[in-house]
Amino acid sequence: MTATHPHSAIDAVWRIESARIIAGLTRIVRDVGLAEELAQDALVAALQQWPESGIPDNPGAWLMATAKHRAIDMFRRNKRLERKHEELGRELQAQQEMAVPDFNAALDDDIGDDLLRLVFISCHPVLSTEARVALTLRLLGGLTTEEIARAFLVPEPTVAQRIVRAKRTLSEARVPFEVPRGPDLAARLSSVLEVIYLIFNEGYAATAGEDWMRPALCEDALRLGRILAELVPNEPEVHGLVALMEIQASRSMARVGPSGQPILLLDQDRSRWDQLLIRRGLAALDRAEKLGGARGPYALQAAIAACHARARTPTETDWPRIVALYDELAQLTPSPIVELNRAVALAMAFGPAAGLELLDTLASEPSLRAYHLLPSVRGDFLFKLGRLAEAQAEFERAASLTRNARERELLLDRAQACAGAQPQPGQR
Amino acid sequence: MRFMMIVKSAEKWGFPPKPLMDAIAKLSDEAVKAGTMIGNGGLLPTATGARVRLSGGKVTVTDGPFTEAKEVVGGYAQFELKSKEEAVKSATRFMELHREHWPGWEGETEIRQMFGPEDCTPKA
Repeated sequence: MTATHPHSAIDAVWRIESARIIAGLTRIVRDVGLAEELAQDALVAALQQWPESGIPDNPGAWLMATAKHRAIDMFRRNKRLERKHEELGRELQAQQEMAVPDFNAALDDDIGDDLLRLVFISCHPVLSTEARVALTLRLLGGLTTEEIARAFLVPEPTVAQRIVRAKRTLSEARVPFEVPRGPDLAARLSSVLEVIYLIFNEGYAATAGEDWMRPALCEDALRLGRILAELVPNEPEVHGLVALMEIQASRSMARVGPSGQPILLLDQDRSRWDQLLIRRGLAALDRAEKLGGARGPYALQAAIAACHARARTPTETDWPRIVALYDELAQLTPSPIVELNRAVALAMAFGPAAGLELLDTLASEPSLRAYHLLPSVRGDFLFKLGRLAEAQAEFERAASLTRNARERELLLDRAQACAGAQPQPGQR
Repeated sequence: MRFMMIVKSAEKWGFPPKPLMDAIAKLSDEAVKAGTMIGNGGLLPTATGARVRLSGGKVTVTDGPFTEAKEVVGGYAQFELKSKEEAVKSATRFMELHREHWPGWEGETEIRQMFGPEDCTPKA
């Protein structure tokens, strides 16, 4: 490798290797915070040495070996951690006795398990959702604090604090570095899936800021989902989530207009949908269904997304099937948001009046009071029913509620269109 | 960012030896597990292909093999990665496997970034 951009080349190594290294170190030192510090120290050493010496043939093994040596030095210096020192000593001794010439090969045997343990500890329920997201992106996604801060539009020190506190919480709660078993597994897995989907959604429909999408964050979430699907291949909901994300991501290039404005699903140019991601999504959904998981909440949402993906034109959409899937989803995970989506599907399958009827039962829902999509959808139904003055008011209300600048423009445009069309009220 | 990796070499080399195929399969498996490789494929000899060319307003069809070509595409893979450096690192590993398992072989992996959603949004 050439030395033209040593630092970006080292960044690339870090991005690829860091999760494995932190996972392997955590198994040894039993403290995720400490493991990350050791890995960071090794990275600093690499940044100092590699521009001179060149990147070693096996950079991951180099970083791991360096981090382990730091660990030994630190434990020697630090008597308070004598107990851990012994553990580490035993671990290293055991590895030396195995006489494995390649550190990495020894690491590889367990790496799947270690990574999975790292996933579970990063998404542990003792942590707040925000902390889980930050820690997951940091430890598993290999993102820097600065990148996470930029992605979520919060100040960098806030993210740094979140990560420090999260690591301290895990340490104080003595959260074991393990893969949960038995009945625990389902609950813990759903916490992991929630974190990954949250990251995806923040990239897919940014809740704040100038850009409607942050594709890099979607890619981070997708990568985490794909990794998880390989780590726990028999969990249908993991494939359901991957399917959902792949199919949603397939529309990325069609859902943003030339000036950055959002384009809604039914107005998208479907030739711009990414057929590779659609195929991957449908394959993942198939895997979920074959594992008997067609009825999980992510698989159901993926099945809905698949109905759109399979329709070559909006008119070919199987709306009655989408309504049926939303019915099932509403029973499984009842929420005003699901009802809102069900109302949209109902309107498409059976006309705007049917949708409006369901929507009006949600009007008093406290959790939707400040949610811009409620007036936005209501405005759309009213518009289709020719009730333009009411539609305009709803679009304006929605515009005042959204925090996303691009979305606000779109909503104000729709309000404007209602105003322009009002001399002929009552017409379709 | 999505990258297309296109492997090219002289057609005289024929099919890769078994140990290289195994090593590539292992590398691909790792890339799938790392969530980075999203698609790939190998191409049959050009004897099974054809070229359809538009030139001077005329469309002509030429059946393979493409004997005059110095190097031809032998396979491709699509990756989702954070940077070109990651792509270079990945392709370097791929070529090192060839060096190890196919002595004398010469060829190249061309890395091309694909058009993606980040190219659709005008930068603020």
